[in-house]
Amino acid sequence: MIDNTVRKLALGNMSVAFIAFILACFMGEYQVLERSGLFESLDSPTVYFASVSTHGVLMAYVLTTFFIMGFGYFTASTALNKPIWNPGLAWAGFWTSLIGTVLAAIPLLTGKASVLYTFYPPIQAHHLFYLGATLLVVGSWVWCAIMIVMFLQWKQENPGKTVPLAMFATTFNAMLWLWTSAGVALESVFLILPWSFGLTDTIDVGLARTLFAWTLHPIVYFWLIPAYTAFYVFVPKQAGSYLFSDEAARVAFIVLVVFSLPIGFHHLYMDPEQAKGWKLLHMVGTFIVSTPTLLTGFTVIAALEIAGRLKGGKGLFGWIGTLPWTNPMVLATILSLLMLIFGGFGGIINASYAMNAMIHNTAWVPGHFHLIFAGTTVIMYFAIAYYIWPILTKKPLFSKKLTLLQLWTWFIGMSILTTPWHVLGLLGQPRRISTVVYNNLLTLSWQPYELAMIFGGLVLLSSACLFLYILFKTQFNASTEVYEHAVEYAEALHPSESVPEYLNDIKLWNKVIAVLMAISFGYPILQFFLMNTYDSSAWGY
Amino acid sequence: MHIDPLEKKWGQIVLVICAFFVGIILFEALFHSVNAPSNVETIDSTKLHLSKEFAEDKLGVSRDDKGNIVVRMVAGRYSFFPKEIEVPAETKLTFRWVSMDVLHGVHIPMTNMSTMVVPGFVAEVETSFPTPGDYPVLCNEYCGLGHDQMWSRIKVVEKEKWLAQHSASKGGNKND
Repeated sequence: MIDNTVRKLALGNMSVAFIAFILACFMGEYQVLERSGLFESLDSPTVYFASVSTHGVLMAYVLTTFFIMGFGYFTASTALNKPIWNPGLAWAGFWTSLIGTVLAAIPLLTGKASVLYTFYPPIQAHHLFYLGATLLVVGSWVWCAIMIVMFLQWKQENPGKTVPLAMFATTFNAMLWLWTSAGVALESVFLILPWSFGLTDTIDVGLARTLFAWTLHPIVYFWLIPAYTAFYVFVPKQAGSYLFSDEAARVAFIVLVVFSLPIGFHHLYMDPEQAKGWKLLHMVGTFIVSTPTLLTGFTVIAALEIAGRLKGGKGLFGWIGTLPWTNPMVLATILSLLMLIFGGFGGIINASYAMNAMIHNTAWVPGHFHLIFAGTTVIMYFAIAYYIWPILTKKPLFSKKLTLLQLWTWFIGMSILTTPWHVLGLLGQPRRISTVVYNNLLTLSWQPYELAMIFGGLVLLSSACLFLYILFKTQFNASTEVYEHAVEYAEALHPSESVPEYLNDIKLWNKVIAVLMAISFGYPILQFFLMNTYDSSAWGY
Repeated sequence: MHIDPLEKKWGQIVLVICAFFVGIILFEALFHSVNAPSNVETIDSTKLHLSKEFAEDKLGVSRDDKGNIVVRMVAGRYSFFPKEIEVPAETKLTFRWVSMDVLHGVHIPMTNMSTMVVPGFVAEVETSFPTPGDYPVLCNEYCGLGHDQMWSRIKVVEKEKWLAQHSASKGGNKND
């Protein structure tokens, strides 16, 4: 069901997300221009690092969190056919997160928080930055609570029935986010906030990095799960097909959530404060968490193949041509999967413990996560927005042609941007530099790739503007035509009346996560209290 | 509960692929000692200048009685010290990196000499450079507004030439 509460909550949250997104896109283009060194008047590390910090925070924390909250309210209400539990609380969460965002934006934009979005101590930002970021997370916890309560209420009202897949995925994502954010919350409350407010002079850098690594990996799955949700619950129907298997989808979400948590040390492969045994353990988990993605690829492509064959596609690949390429959701999915294949390939290299040494903290890394996050994930955010904006506003989508153009240009722009970015990494260019001053012949080979990145950024910026334009024109369309369609969730090829309880509940998996987290993070955190560690110096940076 | 036979087959293939990757990495780590820098060795970053190992006159390339070559380097805003070092090619080198201030990272492009340099810890990397030449040593973790400027040089020279030049050296700063 869609009532006015859901409309306002979904549109409100997602509007904040997309406004943050477009601001960050302009910064991104400025950054590739500045970084190229072609425009002397632009050269300024002060502005560059303020911009990179803001770009990262807006894209990784604001766009994602608000989009996921908005989409979650929509999903919970439509999939469960229930009104939102406690809308007042939902708005309190929204405002907490929004106030947090504004508080963090003040030091970010005035150059007082140029610590990048990973804010590794002991470089210190103004305390408002940490306070704001903490509030943003606290606001999102309210959303998690509402999702879990609605999930449990529905189960109580419908004993023995299978929770709709869309809500199953959303609730698992809420649970994932609570577990994920606990690491950075501990870092924030016990280490960073006291230190930034001047209550403590020094900080244990090794412990801070270990706690941050706890959050650093599963957070990307928090961002990714809405895209996977769309793959499973919208795409098959939009393509004119069926979900290949409802149970396999549940298994994929469970493995994704459970194994994304105990594997954060692949971000610390190159760090001296953790021993190799722990790194190897997390490496094994890292490969396990690639399995649900490989399963998802199979299931989604299977659904697409069925669609193509139902439309008359013949032969081994004939079904690809008969797919509804002009359906925005289907097109976005195909492009998203293409980017996932290349990004996944890069990810295997990052995950590979020793091979990672060649590309660690080089330009390869932002190349990789732009392809996987800004490509694979965000293009699905677009597709979801195009699909639900008409449902929420009761206005038809402004222009299908422009919509398809927007998706294609995002894909093309992302390819032009990230391919040279990966190459730059292989050529040894570090990430996170504002200009190249190394007096070495090697740097000459970097120039042409930086030029290509400027062009890729321009294509992406145009595409992003077009995206906002289409949503704006849809919502504020003066025509009186009313869009009456309700959301359509995909049906499974073999509908499952009942599934085993472990595929229908979160309790068991919470316990499994607790055990895995205790094994993989227990001693690595405890060691900082058992051995004689030294804090950073007290003279501040 | 329904899992399609095709899905089951694919699931098995996926597990085999993952086991293959994990197997290679574990084999190399356990039997060939191909590991990331992980020595978990603490040091007081605020007192490096007073320490036995990283005082100013102890930095750089040194060779002990057994011929083991150790390179001791301090990372600080905004360079790696000593700023120029010379090492032999095709020789096992043990790099020991410490930070005197914030978090840094160090990478010598086109090689696997890469590690984070975390305040409070010594980062040890063992490697060897097959190809002689001049390489930049780059900071690859944001360490402040001067991060772009943070780099130094390393010269890899042919083994015989290096040994001839450094035949009598034991410890100390060997910058040319």
